[in-house]
Amino acid sequence: MNPFEYAPALESTSIVTIKDRYGLFINGKFVAPKSGKYFPTINPSTEKKLSEIALASTEDVDLAVKAARVAYVKVWSKMPAAERGKYLFRIARILQERSREFAVLETLDNGKPIRESRDTDIPLAAAHFFYHAGWADKLQYSGNGSGPKPYGVVGQIIPWNFPMLMLAWKIAPALATGNTVVLKPAETTSLTALLFAEICQQAGLPNGVINIITGEGATGAALVNHPGIDKVAFTGSTEVGKLIATSIAGSKKAATLELGGKAANIIYDDAAIDEAVEGIVNGIFFNQGHVCCAGSRLLVQESIQDEVLTKLKERMALIRLGNPLDKNTDIGAINSAAQLAKIKELSAAGDAEGAERWSPACNIPADGYWFPPTIFTGVSQTHRIAREEIFGPVLSILTFRTPQEAVEKANNTPYGLSAGIWTEKGSKILWTASKLRAGVIWANTFNKFDPASPFGGYKESGWGREGGKHGLSAYLKASN
Amino acid sequence: MIIDGTESSLRAYLKTLPPVDEVGAHARAAMLATRSIKTTSKSWAIDMAISMVDLTTLEGADTPGKIGTLCAKAVRPDAMDATVPSVGAVCVYNDMVKIARTKLDAIGGTSIPVAAVATAFPSGRASFAVKAQDTKDAIDAGAAEIDMVIDRGAFLSGRYGEVFEEISQIREICGDKAHLKVILETGELVTLDNVRKASYLAMLAGADFIKTSTGKISPAATSPVVLVMLEAVRDYYSLTKTRIGVKPAGGIRNTKDAIKQLVLVNEVAGPKWLTPKLFRIGASALLNDLLLQRMKMRDGFYAGPSYVTLD
Repeated sequence: MNPFEYAPALESTSIVTIKDRYGLFINGKFVAPKSGKYFPTINPSTEKKLSEIALASTEDVDLAVKAARVAYVKVWSKMPAAERGKYLFRIARILQERSREFAVLETLDNGKPIRESRDTDIPLAAAHFFYHAGWADKLQYSGNGSGPKPYGVVGQIIPWNFPMLMLAWKIAPALATGNTVVLKPAETTSLTALLFAEICQQAGLPNGVINIITGEGATGAALVNHPGIDKVAFTGSTEVGKLIATSIAGSKKAATLELGGKAANIIYDDAAIDEAVEGIVNGIFFNQGHVCCAGSRLLVQESIQDEVLTKLKERMALIRLGNPLDKNTDIGAINSAAQLAKIKELSAAGDAEGAERWSPACNIPADGYWFPPTIFTGVSQTHRIAREEIFGPVLSILTFRTPQEAVEKANNTPYGLSAGIWTEKGSKILWTASKLRAGVIWANTFNKFDPASPFGGYKESGWGREGGKHGLSAYLKASN
Repeated sequence: MIIDGTESSLRAYLKTLPPVDEVGAHARAAMLATRSIKTTSKSWAIDMAISMVDLTTLEGADTPGKIGTLCAKAVRPDAMDATVPSVGAVCVYNDMVKIARTKLDAIGGTSIPVAAVATAFPSGRASFAVKAQDTKDAIDAGAAEIDMVIDRGAFLSGRYGEVFEEISQIREICGDKAHLKVILETGELVTLDNVRKASYLAMLAGADFIKTSTGKISPAATSPVVLVMLEAVRDYYSLTKTRIGVKPAGGIRNTKDAIKQLVLVNEVAGPKWLTPKLFRIGASALLNDLLLQRMKMRDGFYAGPSYVTLD
């Protein structure tokens, strides 16, 4: 028994007011859905209902797209770029001022630890708005010609793993480049997007520039297929990404797709071991492993695998799983019953295929969706857990003997979103990075994000980039 | 045996130590600093921190009178509340040891050890004969703990054998009469790789404790430095089954800082190190803030500085 067991340190929820029911945010107002239908959203750490959310039908989607078109034609495309930038700065500042409210709501709706929503999600979301605000009146210097033009109306669909941050990644560049938006948040995590709609009102953003429609897969499909959409931006699973690519094929719609990943985190024998172990933990257990760029395949050099494994297990024993509102919680709740079932199914496949499962002792709360931090050793390339994206706190550990083998194994995947390299030798970092086929490569760190840095994948991990100048270009038609 | 005592074996061993990534170590320390310690765990941590304080005065202006009041405070930190534990030790210069020991014994503080800084503290710039005599004097005067400084000049110029030899000889002088704390003066070693190397060097040479700083150089006990030293004692334990203590000193001025140190201990070296036998905090001003926070936990409101004694 540790005498220094940390007492509960709960973040107060009094700062957040959750309404009983939310409508759709169309043309600057919350309106009831034409469908007349609502569905519940729950707190995944308690399974208790938080609120009811409108289910947007095809008719609702049509209204939202029309509102966005009118706003684009009449207001947003005519506004001087510097004025557009002012709205983005205003949104960024309000987001910072109300950051605790957003952090608490994100944690309630998503299940992620308050430490992460408070220290990562919301500050980064605000940073994205600040970064893109600065671009609004400087687009002619973005490398897209002297007069780049927006597409018009963009349809955006975002996932449930970083609801507010993904909203910022989508909306900030779209607005900065002069597009108007219809955005659909994930059905399990719509609340921060709806609170963001209030920020749009507070910032005095012209009606129809941002429209937020809630709903399930069918709503998303209606948005993607709507003829009034000029560009689609999607973050989510490779499976849905392929459906979107198929359905827009032959149309004039542009698209960026940010899809799955199965990132290799390569630990060379000359790495700073203690920090590499931190990087492994951060790579796969950050946000319950609900991270498309998670370091879910650990490739450790055989000569140090025992040392790394011992230290990793010691470190994992310190991970604190529990109430996401507790400021000391490291791993929160799995976002949904469906996702938990998927993690369990793939982990069971790992057992069945002969990999060895290990988790530290941890108290799993009675209610809610939980999965302990887990590692599998003795994994080979042919195992499902080495190939398929688990999207949970489950790490597959493989070994390699030479740098060449590390690179071959790392690249032997249909994905190519991110990778990590751990070594103190600079030349080895450069050599490895030049061989890896992944959109984002971290050296001696992992899961670091910055609005100025482009993010995106090779192969089945997606099309295009988000963030930085590259991400800006994805919302612009280049000119001479 | 990890090394056979020769300089070449020491040098070879130090080369096998994994490097420290500065950015990663800083990030880990910063993450642990976000731990929120409340209510019952805060009360426990405050009392634990008080019992870990090496109450220190290392001034040219120290007098018997000043040492006397420091000793009284060490035994009974809060005049109004007997439930407050005594501190871990009193830490003074060589010539004040006898005065401190006599005073402590006279006022019921027999169980509180006197620690003496030695070996030409704080710079360590003297002949070995002087350093040895300094140590002997302190032990003869009743010091139960010796806080020696390493020769940073020798370390930085790569003469590890010399540093090792000096620590070993001081260790021998201490024998079973005094615990040996080895001050690395991390502010002068600068890099975390050096901190790790110096920590192992000191442990291999026989240190009972490794200590960050003299308190005379800034920066002193920064969180990343303490983190790396705690990793060193943790890993040294898994090699040798011997637990070496850690003492951050300098710059830990308030309760929040002290609790952050305890969180580092808890989550890096492990809860076994949460005892004054294995973790001390070298400080002077810290004690009063701990007392004020303790009163706040008890009474529900903050008392002013008039409600704690000066020294």
